[in-house]
Order: sequence, then structure tokens, then C-alpha cells
Amino acid sequence: MDYAIQQIVNALAFGSEYALLALGLALVFSIMGLVNFAHGEIIAVAGYSVFFAVALGLQSVLGAVTIAIVMGIVTALVFERVAFRPVRYAPTTTGLLTAFGVSIVVQNMLTLFVSPKARAVPVLGPLNQTFFIGPYAVSSLQLLELAVTIVAIVALVLFLNRSLLGLAIRAAARDFSTVRLMGVKANRVIATGFALSGFLAGVVSVFILARRGSVEPDFGSAPVIKAFVACVLGGFGSLAGAAVGGMVLGFLDVAILVALPQKFGGLRDALTYFLVGVVLFWRPQGLLGRTVELGDKEV
Amino acid sequence: MSDPSGAASFAALDQPLPDPPALLTHRTGMLVVENLVVRYGPITAVRGVSIEVGAGETVALLGPNGAGKTSIVSAVIGLVPSTGRVSFDGRDVSGLSPEERVRAAMTVVPEGRRVFANLTVAENLRLGGFVRRRERDQDAERDRYLAMFPVLRERLDQLAGTLSGGEQQMLAIARAMMSKPRLLILDEPSLGLAPRIVARIFEHIVELKKSGITIVLVEQNMMQALAVADRAYVLSTGSIRHAGPAAELRADPRLADLAIGGH
Repeated sequence: MDYAIQQIVNALAFGSEYALLALGLALVFSIMGLVNFAHGEIIAVAGYSVFFAVALGLQSVLGAVTIAIVMGIVTALVFERVAFRPVRYAPTTTGLLTAFGVSIVVQNMLTLFVSPKARAVPVLGPLNQTFFIGPYAVSSLQLLELAVTIVAIVALVLFLNRSLLGLAIRAAARDFSTVRLMGVKANRVIATGFALSGFLAGVVSVFILARRGSVEPDFGSAPVIKAFVACVLGGFGSLAGAAVGGMVLGFLDVAILVALPQKFGGLRDALTYFLVGVVLFWRPQGLLGRTVELGDKEV
Repeated sequence: MSDPSGAASFAALDQPLPDPPALLTHRTGMLVVENLVVRYGPITAVRGVSIEVGAGETVALLGPNGAGKTSIVSAVIGLVPSTGRVSFDGRDVSGLSPEERVRAAMTVVPEGRRVFANLTVAENLRLGGFVRRRERDQDAERDRYLAMFPVLRERLDQLAGTLSGGEQQMLAIARAMMSKPRLLILDEPSLGLAPRIVARIFEHIVELKKSGITIVLVEQNMMQALAVADRAYVLSTGSIRHAGPAAELRADPRLADLAIGGH
């Protein structure tokens, strides 16, 4: 029983992280139709910012969290302005290749100018403590991940549903040019989407740093692949789908790890992706993806 | 034999005209389009079109599919690149983005209605008033158009994508009006709607006209548009073939047999 509860907490924590990652990707995709594979590098830059701040003498956990989040937002906005805005109206493949290009350039810059090796960033360690709730050993980081994910999703939903700019973002997800006919500035909608995405990347960076205690050039690469799979699983373009896809992927990951004999542990990702493939065979549009209807009515 | 597309009637207009296309001169015009050219790669969709619309006028742009009507609308509002000059209220707006033109009080009800299907009717209207969001009379403005289109009041919390075509058209018009435009461009408001619904939409256009707003009405539904408009331009293959007062065009025998005109 203890073991089952522990694994459920693990799955919720993994799922939360994947959900935050996937939401970051889905936000930008829903507005611009861009799968931003450079999202991983936003996470990496946020992580390296904390590394540099620590090197300059930063000791505060709150300071480190703030730096990671602010740098996540700034990096996302810089990527949008420098790399993605010039190709905004280009074919989708151009945007995709630009994202890969940004990813490669940033990773190589981090390798060349910082180090190809992992660099220790212990400042966020205090976020990852083990404590007991009755007989159960619980990681504070896991609870934090779950709580922050819930707060972030609720805040995002409120923003998208209540604020006028949020409405514009939701509308732009369906019909960008008509949103412009409402007088909404295209740059503002897109920059807001990137800023929100950068905020989520910064939060994820904090969680990964707290767990690993180090940062390296491909810090964000594996997470962004998970995020992409979570988006596909949930239904690309659907924000709710991204969150659900992330959670389902977290549970799949943990369930497979638990079910597999230890010597086959390396097959976890292969099996997870196989099961995702099975789900997509059943629902090619993803769990919450919409089917395109022809004609007047669209739900 | 009637031609449902009306192409045969429009084809008659391709014949050389005894007079050059007559432009009514409204040098004080609210909208002045001069020598507009729209190209999509190697294809020229609009070939040097000039249009003038006076304040308070309702001017129809008529023509068959492929005449360049929607390209003109898209260029006037800035959604597609073009050459030539577009002036609104004496100001050259050619270099402005679509959102800047909407802020200048131009607006378009796009072809196919383009309501935000994933937003409710209320949210669509709220977004329509985006440029006036700091003004306090937004609710009064909304009530005004809900009174004009009572069916929308009943469906305020319904997703716009679940509305019928006619209701979506009413929503698209109300949404456009929420920005308090001085120039309303309606792109094919009758497209894909049943004749009974089209008649209602045109009644609403007449109502809007009476309120004094300047309207550009883009239509294939020639006779119905001419019944509402003060003047009209008839387009074919990207050029203006004829222009004149709506009453004169209605009496033109080359247009009289237009099948979808509903005369």
C-alpha cells in the first residue's frame, strides 16, 4: 500500500512536470502553428542563469527561482523577436527548421562558452527534502511540482478565460488573421504566448535543477521530447489536451517502470512511446484533439 | 435558363463598354482606393482598381467568383500586400497593419463570417470591442446590437461554432460593430445562406445604413445588393468594368437576368 501511494505521488510529480512542459509548447503552437523545439533551450538558459548567479554569489532559493523564471520569459521573448518573428508568415517547415536551428546554436554556444560538462547548481537543493506524512515518505519537490502545476494551470485558465488578451490568444489559436481584424496587435498576442511559455519553461527549469543539482548544455533536450509526445497524446493545439497528455504520460512512465523487471528498466521510454502509439491508433487526433468538421458548424 | 453563379450575366459585362468605367468623384471620400494592385505570386488578382466611397454612402462591389472582390477587401484592410494607395478619412493608411486600420475605425465582416468557434457569443462580442475596451459604454453598445439581433441574446453563453450560418453572420456583424467603426466592409454576407436568412441579413444592413455608417457591400447577389446600395462598382477579372448609381445599374439590361439577384 505504501509502495502504491509512493508510486502515485511519483506519477503525479512526473505528470505535473510533463504537463507544464507540454503547456509551454502547446501555447506557442496554438497561436503560431510552431512546434518550438527550442523550448528545451529556454529551460537550459534559465538553468544556466541560475548557475551564473550562484557563481556570482547568489545563495537564496527565492532569488534563484526568480532568476530562472525571469530568464525563461526573457529568453522566450528574445527567441521570438530574433528568430521566429522574421519567419512568422513563412511555411510551417521553415518555423520548425528555425526552432531546430535555434536549439542547435544555443546548445553549441553553451558547450563552447561554458562547458560541455555538467555544472553543479546546488542552490535549489533545499526544495528537494524528504519528510514524512504519517508513515509515508514524501519528497517536498514532488508536492511542490504538483501544487505549482495546479496553480499554474488554474492561473492560465483564468487568464485565458477572463482577460481580454487571454480571449484574443484563444481566438488566435483558431483564426489568427481574424483576431487582427478585432484590432488586436499580432505582435502582442504572440509575445504574450511566448512569455507565458517562457514562464512555464522557467518553472520547469527550477524543478529539474532542484532534482538534479546540475546543469548541462542538453539540459532541456529530453524534457522537450517528452513535452512534444505529451502534446501529441493530448491533441496538438489543445491546451487542456497538453495538460492531460502530460499527466497521462507521467502515469505511463511510472507504471511501466514499476511493472518492468529491473533489468529491462532501459526499455521504459520505448514501451511508453509504444503505448502512446497505440492510443494514437485509437484516437489519431489525440485524447482531447478536435476533429475538423466541414461545413458551417464547428464545435 | 438561369445561371446560379450569375457568371453569364457578369460575362456580359466583359464586353467593351460604350463609356469608360465611370468613377463618381468624391474627393472628400471617406475611403479612397487608388490604382490598387494585388498579386499572388505570378497571378494578378486585382489590376489597378480605383474606388471612392463617400461618408454615409453604401457602395456595392459586385462581381462573380474570381473577380477580385475579396482581394480588394483584404488589401483595403491590410491583410494582403498590395501596391497603390488606400486613404481613409484623408489619411494614407496604405502602410498600416490591419489592427492599426481597425483602430482608425475601419472594420471588415470577413467572407465566411469567421466567428471564433471556440469562444461563446458573449466572448466574440467582447473581443469585437477590443479597440474600445477602455470606454465605459461597452455594455450599452453590446445591448444595442443584441436588440438588433435578439437571437444572439438568447445564445450569449453558447459557443459561436454551434450557431446556424445565419446566426453566425449576425454575430459577425454585431462583433464588427462593437469596435464602433465609421466604415463597415461586409464581404459576401449572403454567402451560403438560405434566401429567407439572406433577406433578414439585408434588412439588418438597411438598418445599419439608416444609422449613418458608411458601408462597402461586397456581393455576388447583385440585385439584392443594388437594392440596398447607393452606388456600385462591377468587377470582372480584377478590373472595374462598370460603375454608377445603383438604380441605374439595376435597370441595366445586362444585369437584369441575374439569376441569384432575387428580383
